[in-house]
Amino acid sequence: MNRTTKDTTLGIMECPTVSETNSRLSHKQGRIIKERVIETLLFLAALSSVATTFAIVFILVYESIPFFQHTTVLNFLTDTEWTPLFDEARYGIMPLVAGTLVTTGVALTVAIPMGTIIAIYLSEFAPHRVRETVKPFLELLGAVPTVVFGYFALVVVTPLLQKIYPDLPGFNMLSAGLVMGIMIIPYVSSVSEDAMRAVPMHLREGSYAMGATRFQTAVRVVVPSAFSGIAAAFILGISRAVGETMIVAVAAGMQPNLTWKATESAATISAFIVQVALGDLPHGSIGYQSIFAAGLTLMLMTLVFNIIGFWLKKRFREEY
Amino acid sequence: MQQSVAEIRRLIARHKFWDYAFAIVGMICLMVGILVLLSLFADLARTGAPRLTPAFFTSFPSRMAEEAGILSAWVGSVLVMVVTACAAVPLGVAAAIYLEEYAPKNWMTAIIEINVTNLAGVPSIVYGLLALGLFVYILGFGQSILSAGLTLALLILPVVIVATRESLRAVPGSIREAAYALGATRWQMVSDHVLPYSSAGIMTGIIMGLSRAIGETAPIITIGALTFIAFLPNSPISPEFPFVNAKWLMDPFTVMPIQMFNWTSRPEEEFQLNAAAAGVVLLAMTLAMNAVAIYLRYRIRKKIKW
Repeated sequence: MNRTTKDTTLGIMECPTVSETNSRLSHKQGRIIKERVIETLLFLAALSSVATTFAIVFILVYESIPFFQHTTVLNFLTDTEWTPLFDEARYGIMPLVAGTLVTTGVALTVAIPMGTIIAIYLSEFAPHRVRETVKPFLELLGAVPTVVFGYFALVVVTPLLQKIYPDLPGFNMLSAGLVMGIMIIPYVSSVSEDAMRAVPMHLREGSYAMGATRFQTAVRVVVPSAFSGIAAAFILGISRAVGETMIVAVAAGMQPNLTWKATESAATISAFIVQVALGDLPHGSIGYQSIFAAGLTLMLMTLVFNIIGFWLKKRFREEY
Repeated sequence: MQQSVAEIRRLIARHKFWDYAFAIVGMICLMVGILVLLSLFADLARTGAPRLTPAFFTSFPSRMAEEAGILSAWVGSVLVMVVTACAAVPLGVAAAIYLEEYAPKNWMTAIIEINVTNLAGVPSIVYGLLALGLFVYILGFGQSILSAGLTLALLILPVVIVATRESLRAVPGSIREAAYALGATRWQMVSDHVLPYSSAGIMTGIIMGLSRAIGETAPIITIGALTFIAFLPNSPISPEFPFVNAKWLMDPFTVMPIQMFNWTSRPEEEFQLNAAAAGVVLLAMTLAMNAVAIYLRYRIRKKIKW
């Protein structure tokens, strides 16, 4: 019965004429062309990110080449003074690198222990409700504009520190680094917490079954298992701190100063770029060229940290 | 090895003590982090509050601290954000669609993916240098709203791409298969089914990206944006036909974070009040945008059950 109905319906349908078939086929071809065009456009959009990277590398190298006609690469890396804008110009990047490393170091001594402890606490100790309330809050803190943190460092934290160390200058790397540390806590804790949450529950259960406390489980089971993710969080924090600009530009001072003492004032690479960019900047002047050389150095420093991070991630990856 | 019951009890007690000790240390760290920031914000609000009058929003910057306002700064910020959104949203969403729905598994795709991750880690000031060399001089856009908007668009591109990919990935494969089963082409499947389902998640990513862009200072200083602008750019809307014009794209400008930086770096005490007030406005803008994004994401997570 069923079969006959089907047959009749088929019988009623007319065969398509030749011209109809052709128009359908060409319609289909139009469809294929449209699909191809869209796919190509989407591919080009995806390629734009690669183009951005090439553009960054190209511009930094291209604009730094004239700079290295004033000085040699060896001199750039070993000279201990950075005064490219003075009459007696010296082109040693070391003072700026030292400033960057000191502020980064201060920031990390705050952010890494606090960020990790907060992450362990949120992931292993805190009740569900606390975690759900605190996580979005931490994310919000990560979105605060850095110039606001710069204001805090200069106007609030430096006067507070001066009450403890009366000799502290108004611009100093200590307060900039401390505020930067507070700024990157959310990055460190959020990413390492995600890594710890991803550790499978049965590892924890195994540890508890052996009679371990939560602290023992956290330190001896969860942290080692999540180490590659935690390392990624540290690297993220370090590259944030190295590239951070506004806090140091506002609070750490603008004078290049080769020192490892955090209580002194010194410029970082990024602060130098801002300082030069704030003034008049004719295209092709030595000031213009010097900021690209400084930017190239900064880029290479973050690249080194990222490669270390990539290696750590690979070396310590645990598969479950 | 023989251990008496008392010894084992002592051992357990010691480990339990460490357990509690760490819980307390963790709580203290969390509280310290949050309280320090809250007190800083409270201090900012208290300092800036007296300057937050309607006149503050409708006056230009001035040499007199009491008369100075943020009119040119917030107008500049809004216009730059328009350019940023127009450039970053189509580009970022399209790139994400390609990577998630079209890309074959080959070395090209791998390069693009690694590249997006790496771009997210490039310091923002380096984007400023890119823009100074490329947009300002090679392409000749000058120190304009267009240059700034495009710079920030490149900066937030990885944020938009990553967020869009995540929300595309959350759409289950069965939806795609159903669309294909009805004879849809790949683009019809994406535009009619996958995109509408993931639109809220994409929105979240876009808002997060824009809130990052609105607070960025360093790249815009690097392209050489002036800090003292006592006029508004050309209006994008004109009374005559065709009612919109693009002259404003090439105008000099200032933005909120630059205005705040400018006031912060002045030695006079009164300008610090202005800086605090500008900080309150800036903070309110970014936090509001982020709160919306976080709320949207929370709603999506709760609502969608496939």
